Amino acid sequence: MSNAPSLVWPEGGNTRIPYQIYSDPAIFRMEMDRIFSGAGWAYVGLEIEIPNPGDFKVTRVGDRSVVITRDEHGEIRGFVNRCAHRGVKLCRHEFGNTRFFVCPYHQWSYDATGALRGVPFIKGVNQLGGMPEDFERTDYALPRLITCMRNGVIFGSFAASMPPLETYLGEVNTRYFDRVFDGRGLKLLGYSRQLIPGNWKLMFENIKDPYHASLLHVFLVTFGLFRADQKSQVRMDPTGRHALLISQRGEAKASAATRDISNLREDFVLQDKRLLDPVKEFPDDATVVMQTIWPNLIVQQQSNTLALRQIQPRGPGSFELHWTFFGYVDDDETMTRRRLRQANLMSAAGLVSGDDSEVIKLTQEGVMRHPDDAGVLLMGGRDSNDTQHMVTETALRAFYSHYRAVMGF
Amino acid sequence: MAVDVALQFELEDLYSRYASLLDDGPLRDWPDLFAQECLYLLIPRDNYDRGLPLAIIRCESRGMLVDRVRAAQETIMHEPRYLRHHVTNVRVTAVHGGRIDAIAHFSVMEVLPDELPRVLCVGRYIDVLQRREDGALEFVEKRCVYDSVLVPNTIVYPI
Repeated sequence: MSNAPSLVWPEGGNTRIPYQIYSDPAIFRMEMDRIFSGAGWAYVGLEIEIPNPGDFKVTRVGDRSVVITRDEHGEIRGFVNRCAHRGVKLCRHEFGNTRFFVCPYHQWSYDATGALRGVPFIKGVNQLGGMPEDFERTDYALPRLITCMRNGVIFGSFAASMPPLETYLGEVNTRYFDRVFDGRGLKLLGYSRQLIPGNWKLMFENIKDPYHASLLHVFLVTFGLFRADQKSQVRMDPTGRHALLISQRGEAKASAATRDISNLREDFVLQDKRLLDPVKEFPDDATVVMQTIWPNLIVQQQSNTLALRQIQPRGPGSFELHWTFFGYVDDDETMTRRRLRQANLMSAAGLVSGDDSEVIKLTQEGVMRHPDDAGVLLMGGRDSNDTQHMVTETALRAFYSHYRAVMGF
Repeated sequence: MAVDVALQFELEDLYSRYASLLDDGPLRDWPDLFAQECLYLLIPRDNYDRGLPLAIIRCESRGMLVDRVRAAQETIMHEPRYLRHHVTNVRVTAVHGGRIDAIAHFSVMEVLPDELPRVLCVGRYIDVLQRREDGALEFVEKRCVYDSVLVPNTIVYPI
């Protein structure tokens, strides 16, 4: 048992965020147990990544490596990627197809459900050695995740039982989830991976924070993709753990909303306008929907780039941001090309997301040296209600309301 | 294939200029090493090996390279940094119809304020070149396939 963290949340409730939560190793361990191994549906992959029986992928839930498989009956399974014998990381490949997962150390082997199927020399060699009489392979199955799937997206949980995903997401968040994952076949376009030197919660805060988006992201604002004066909404589920930032593209011109941006580049004209040729593809008028799903997923629809960003914590001071870009099987060549071009804005080299990974690093450098201080979340008031504008930190306050309940802070 | 010594030196000189422009500038002149109609991809090796098209930088013309450079310099908020490109193992793999296929290895070091140097990106260039009217070589296609798929934070400038 690790040391229980000691934290006194500062006065001011969810409008004050103690910097200790970004760097304290004991808090991090408790987050891995309560948040990532607790009552949450964590994103683990897409159905198209493991289409056939025997297929597997390795990913992480929290900082723990897990294997997601499709068993011989076509069922999706998940288990911890760690041999029950000596704790060795069992599967060393990110993707593949196999009947058995064999530990390299003593060749204990497991099937696609995580059941222990083989132990070499279990009866000994020439009547020598072997496991004790009471050794039962069934006692050594790998810890399993329960899984669920909705329109091609796979979630896993270490909880013994979980409500269905639509109950977990709530009505509004389910509706927007289904807006992107509407049952059409998905087409995998590729991955981008980056190791960001900041606490994992800073990534969620970033995507739940529309206040920064119109100020930090000069590229977005310059080309009118996101502006503080656009028609927009922030919406949460009843618990506050999931959120939606919904916005509608406006004009690329100076206005009251850009007056406070000191480095706006009004004279920046693209040499090749194909970089930004968004087309409407969803029934509603929203051009940006950023959805954050507790505990590890961001669903990104920025114009025509669709991506899942999975947050994989790697200790209190860093996390991997693992991006999976996709389109639909019915996309034509032009649409696929458009999605690939717009991905220039969002990736480990993103013209827009680069601002975020850089600012998260700077945040971590600031907060980790001052664990007894606290950040301020007062924009838009003190509540955590839905809003019809972007000048607010309401979704961060909602997130921390839920975080505090789960963590007991 | 016999080594064309003159071509080999010409290529080595081009890659050296390429590295100098990225590392010491002027960066705005770097797109001039490419044809007007060109393709530049910075693509993780796992995507490349699996035939997945996603690149983290995709420029489909010299104009897009100019836009990328300008955005890196003027719109992306980032810590100041120095890069140092080391290009080695330059080799011609085919010459056909005025086009030259070449590969080279690269490793790019990054120096951030207050930090020790680190490897930002390592991989290989898979390139197609052609000659301009004046005889100079230019890149028509450049695929920067990087092995270091887990990027240390952010790639701001081209590789």
